[in-house]
Amino acid sequence: MKFLSKYRRHKFATPMLIVIALSTLGFTFSAATASPAKSELAASAKSTLIAEGKEIFLKGCSSCHGLNGEGASIAPSLIGVGAASVDFQVGTGRMPMADMSQQAMRKAPLYTEEETAALAAYVATLAPGPASITNEEITWERDGSTADGGELFRNNCAMCHNFAGQGGALTKGKYAPTVMGVEPKHIYEAMITGPQAMPVFSDKTITPQEKLSIIKWIKSAESEPNLGGASLGRVGPVTEGLLVWTLGLGLLVAIAVWLTAKSR
Amino acid sequence: MSARERVAGTVANYVDERTGSAKWLKKNLNKVFPDHWSFMLGEIALYSFVILLLSGTFLTFWFDPSMEHVVYKGSYQPLKDVEMSAAYASALNISFDVRGGLLMRQIHHWAALIFMASIVVHLLRVFFTGAFRKPREFNWILGIGLLTLGIVEGFLGYSLPDDLLSGTGVRIAHAIIQAIPVVGTYLSFFAFGGAFPSELFIPRIYVVHILLIPGIMLALITVHLMLVWYQKHTQYPGPGRTEKNVVGYPLMPVYMAKAGGFFFIVFGITALLGATASINPIWLYGPYTPAQVSAGSQPDWYMGWLDGLVRMAPPWETYAFGYTISWNILIPGLIIPGIIFTGMALYPFIESWITGDKREHHILDRPRNVPNRTALGAMSLTFMIVALINGGNDLIATHFDLSINQIMWGTRIGIILLPPLAFVITKRICLSLQRADRELVLHGRETGRLVMLPHGEFVEVHEELTPEKKWLLTQHEQAAPIELELVDQAGVRNPKTFRAKLQARFSAANAEAVAKPTAQDLKQLENEHH
Repeated sequence: MKFLSKYRRHKFATPMLIVIALSTLGFTFSAATASPAKSELAASAKSTLIAEGKEIFLKGCSSCHGLNGEGASIAPSLIGVGAASVDFQVGTGRMPMADMSQQAMRKAPLYTEEETAALAAYVATLAPGPASITNEEITWERDGSTADGGELFRNNCAMCHNFAGQGGALTKGKYAPTVMGVEPKHIYEAMITGPQAMPVFSDKTITPQEKLSIIKWIKSAESEPNLGGASLGRVGPVTEGLLVWTLGLGLLVAIAVWLTAKSR
Repeated sequence: MSARERVAGTVANYVDERTGSAKWLKKNLNKVFPDHWSFMLGEIALYSFVILLLSGTFLTFWFDPSMEHVVYKGSYQPLKDVEMSAAYASALNISFDVRGGLLMRQIHHWAALIFMASIVVHLLRVFFTGAFRKPREFNWILGIGLLTLGIVEGFLGYSLPDDLLSGTGVRIAHAIIQAIPVVGTYLSFFAFGGAFPSELFIPRIYVVHILLIPGIMLALITVHLMLVWYQKHTQYPGPGRTEKNVVGYPLMPVYMAKAGGFFFIVFGITALLGATASINPIWLYGPYTPAQVSAGSQPDWYMGWLDGLVRMAPPWETYAFGYTISWNILIPGLIIPGIIFTGMALYPFIESWITGDKREHHILDRPRNVPNRTALGAMSLTFMIVALINGGNDLIATHFDLSINQIMWGTRIGIILLPPLAFVITKRICLSLQRADRELVLHGRETGRLVMLPHGEFVEVHEELTPEKKWLLTQHEQAAPIELELVDQAGVRNPKTFRAKLQARFSAANAEAVAKPTAQDLKQLENEHH
């Protein structure tokens, strides 16, 4: 209070007070009036996005999924799949499909991130569904636990995706793809949308916190060096048997031939 | 005499005066062994067994065969604070916190795979060359026993760490035991000391794995080798080689050096694999809990054919008198392996019954000269390979973009159609090779040199084979089939008609051959030419 008592009789005190009062009033007013204008701008941006998305949809997706995403004999309905599903399927290059094989496979995405976002925004307008997620939103590095994630992965994922996330076979040519080298947001979106043969892991089955742990374990397995030498694909004893019958026994027999060759 | 020789002589004399070893050593060090690369396949098995004993002993220093629940605190971070059995934790400890532990684990496991693979190729060599014939039938049976024990020993060995993959295997073994009609349930309770998963199984199989089976195998290997020593080694046909001699090199120094060196080569290659290629990465599998199973769970290769048979079995079950009989496990898991191993063990006796040949044989057969046996071997091998392929059907499906259902149906049909096809094709190839041999002996090698005779005729020059080569191609005997006597000279009907008919029939099939050239054939040919 020493500062105020010392300067309150200062000749600039009154003008300063007026300036402070006026600017507070002015900034408050401008802030209060500006916000509706901003949201209006966002809304118009969003509607442009949806319009763009619809345009892409009509060009690239509607021939199979129908003009309004209602589906057809060769493709499922997209009503209610949500933006998360679009972000996963299009963002990992699975959609549009390269051919009508058993399962859409991962490949280089056809659409840019902006186009994917537009498509997601459009499909989300068809009916409510899970919203898409950004990599920043899922804080797996901070909130996940590798050991818990490993347990969860072995309990829920390994029966299809293999113990080390290398993928595995399903019936009739379908397969669970490898989860190595997949963006965290796509892993998360796959869990909440259940693409293709995969079941949906709702937040009741696996809590969001647990989902982060699973992602953390997958990322840890991805970056884990091959501790025992060449990994042989991390697919179990089949490749080990293959190596022993080719290189192992091949070398040994070749040496046996060499050891006895001199006597001929 | 140099000082060194004098010292060596004194020592040798000292030992000889007390043990009388000089005479025995002189006799045995001069023992002759024939030289051929295929005779060293059994040696690979022997040496990998030694490596298994050494590396296995190292692993027992740290392995704790206990199912006690512990919380992992070791240095492998992704499993930190995970609950697991003490067995799994100690296997992780060996892998990450014992110096050289992971290398030793990997050497032990690679040596096990090499051991089983070399037993199989050794067995194939013995089978296809007819080395199992009299007097070596017992040694053949010992070999089948070692193969069977090796499969069990390997399975128990990789089950010990109590990881997710091996636990799945134990679960399947449990199911196979349960599939035995009537007593299955009791047997499974007896083996596991209760319901699955059991706290007692790992400690029990540990004792069986490190003491019982290796002890029996060591004894069997000793007898196996003593019989080879006593009966002497077989040899391939060649000039100067008879049923009464062995042509080769003496044990000392030639075989001492070769065999000793080969041990270190086998050890070296096993260590190379152990140091550079990951095997059974248990830390990736995670600890076993019955609730979990991984995609692509496979056994080691020597169990793979069994897994393949179980995988292709149709879901047959019958329910009778209050019991369920799971044919889908019983047939592929117990009945077919039982038939295969019994058939293998009895094969020497079956063959000698068919041929009626009760003589001793020390000269090996060339596979082409025994078409039926060779074809039978190819047939069995085809069966095993088809089964083995189905054991890895899920990996084949993902890696070659195939449907697992198609592979399963392919192998279901293939396992019935392909073995007989392999039999027929192999037999035809053998007969064709016999025909080629006959042509070679009679007409010599085609040189590709064309000569124009004075009257304008073109002929190709055939180079006559050396006498040694001719002998090699004609030394085998071609026995006539056993004649069926339905009625004897007195007009009495043969009381063993069915057996005799069967024998005559097999014998006729067995004796099918392209007649080897005789001296008469050659003479006749010469007369035609001149």
